[in-house]
Amino acid sequence: MPTLLEVKGLTTQFFTQDGIVHAVNGISYTLDEGETLGIVGESGSGKSVGVMSLIRLIPSPPGKIVNGEVIFEGQDLLKISDEEIRSIRGNKIAMIFQDPMTSLNPVLTISRQIGEALELHLGMDKNQAKERSIELLELVGIPSARDRINNYPHQFSGGMRQRVMIAMGLSCNPQLLIADEPTTALDVTIQAQIIDLVKRLRDEIGMAIIWITHDLGVVAGLADRVLVMYAGCIVEESPVRDLYENPRHPYTLGLLGSLPRLDAERPTKLLSIEGLPPDLIDYPKGCPFYARCNYRIDICAHEMAPLKTVGVGHKAACHVDISVAQPTTEHPYEIV
Amino acid sequence: MTTNGNSKNDVILSIKDLKMYFPITQGIIFQRHIGDIKAVDGISFEVKRGETLGLVGESGCGKSTTGRAILQLYRPTGGSVTFEDTELTTLKGEEMRKMRRHMQMIFQDPYASLNPRMTVGNIVGEPLEVHNILSGKARRERVKELLDVVGLNPYFINRYPHEFSGGQRQRIGIARALAVQPHFIVCDEPISALDVSIQAQVINLLEKLQEEFNLTYLFIAHDLAVVRHISNRIAVMYLGKIVELADRDTLYRNPLHPYTQALLSAIPIPDPVAEAERSKKRVILQGDVPSPANPPKGCNFCTRCPSAQRVLKEQGINPCEIDPEFREIEPDHWVACHLYN
Repeated sequence: MPTLLEVKGLTTQFFTQDGIVHAVNGISYTLDEGETLGIVGESGSGKSVGVMSLIRLIPSPPGKIVNGEVIFEGQDLLKISDEEIRSIRGNKIAMIFQDPMTSLNPVLTISRQIGEALELHLGMDKNQAKERSIELLELVGIPSARDRINNYPHQFSGGMRQRVMIAMGLSCNPQLLIADEPTTALDVTIQAQIIDLVKRLRDEIGMAIIWITHDLGVVAGLADRVLVMYAGCIVEESPVRDLYENPRHPYTLGLLGSLPRLDAERPTKLLSIEGLPPDLIDYPKGCPFYARCNYRIDICAHEMAPLKTVGVGHKAACHVDISVAQPTTEHPYEIV
Repeated sequence: MTTNGNSKNDVILSIKDLKMYFPITQGIIFQRHIGDIKAVDGISFEVKRGETLGLVGESGCGKSTTGRAILQLYRPTGGSVTFEDTELTTLKGEEMRKMRRHMQMIFQDPYASLNPRMTVGNIVGEPLEVHNILSGKARRERVKELLDVVGLNPYFINRYPHEFSGGQRQRIGIARALAVQPHFIVCDEPISALDVSIQAQVINLLEKLQEEFNLTYLFIAHDLAVVRHISNRIAVMYLGKIVELADRDTLYRNPLHPYTQALLSAIPIPDPVAEAERSKKRVILQGDVPSPANPPKGCNFCTRCPSAQRVLKEQGINPCEIDPEFREIEPDHWVACHLYN
């Protein structure tokens, strides 16, 4: 499939009173048309800031995209004018967020909110927009859409609101849908409904998806490829099956080991990753995972490994081949 | 989870028909009682000494309210709570305060459950002060011991909560809960607010402490995979009622209640091959959870149950009229469902 999006060396920082927060540190990846890319990481990994940087949603000040290129349809999104990027957001590239209650405007009806993108980007008039909005609500499975089109966000449940957000996102038939933890705040049975919906729509519409989550279970069922992020860097990139069968970065390994699994025999102890993520202001020299890594060697303290190919479509930023190496230390993290 | 040989059947806590209703009122000058939010609507179960009973369910099912009602942080609207042979619902004042020494709670939000104006030493030492245990240097030593037990450097005793991460704050909360050497701890979603890699640390810690101090846990959570890991037995709640109660392995291998089946089917497994298999058989529930202010007549689950029609046809019972009984279908496996009556 042809390439839809190419990210090169994206670096985003926040300039605060306490210092510069190195939120995203030179990440590069590509996305093909129709592909679903999962981005996995914990708090502070840079996954959210990374995708918000793609469409310039970083509040500036204090944030700034200090370096990088985001090539979409032959243009560098970081260099085009404000007007041009506005015509792409909500239109060719749409985004849905984690908490639907705070992402929807509480004082506007759903009709106005979905209609806004239709009127702005597709030039529809109010009536056309309303009809299309009703169609979209039906598409995302909201019952009695014609009656509910004039409701306010607070009149919907959490799962319903997220469906409304999806309807808004899809309204202009985007080529890329960015979903930033859209189901994290939802109950597990509602999450299953939403993921099922997105999969169906993806098959029907054929858009590419970037799905951000901390939940390795969700990614397993949804993504074609996965990026694992840690402290603002991509530490591993892999086709989905390979990531789970053959993780090549110690952080990915630790993450997979720390998950209790429903389908497996119960282990006596969960593998936990000792310690905490590094301070993004006082960014460590060398590999950011060094302090918590069981496989570290001397070079890791001074130099972070670049993303190296370790398999078909599989890259890892690690000096060590953990598929054959033994851990070098049992308790890497010293409590200071 | 190990239990002492002779206390295997020693019941530490017994809940019978527990109800917690929150009144809904209307009116400005005169408040008229027009209804109730039936957060907990008649639940019964026992907890054995040394075990971990998991209580799972989605938002609004009443699991957190259950935990608080047991500890008398809310006064139950009805039913009985018998803890170590003492009826808690009728205890007041000094009597109740003395009982609190034996039952403690770990809260969900590590940012809201610690007083930001108190040092860690004061936070962990507060229960000792309230119950008049130790003083001066001895108390300080005990606090340092507790910090060490939960994996924090005792040197931190004079720091404030904001200087710690979420996982560390949760450890402080655990140290505080252990301070008075309780027998029973209600863990109310203790890891939901933490990152995945930190969750495992805290789970391992809780297990270690249970072993070391012979603790009994009521572990409330919505994450079934975690609950399965840490619990001996599990109760599944839906809209204020317990729909199924069984030991850990039985519940996962043979879930009987349609809601339990849907819940298990909805949990994503971190394995792409397994997920591809499961997605063909996944049970997707329709619609949303009804409001606890207005639960359905009859079985609470009847509005979303994939088997509701089958019950009507095969048994001639209308699940939307008649409440199912909570019965022991096979040894130690309880279900509230018409399909098994």
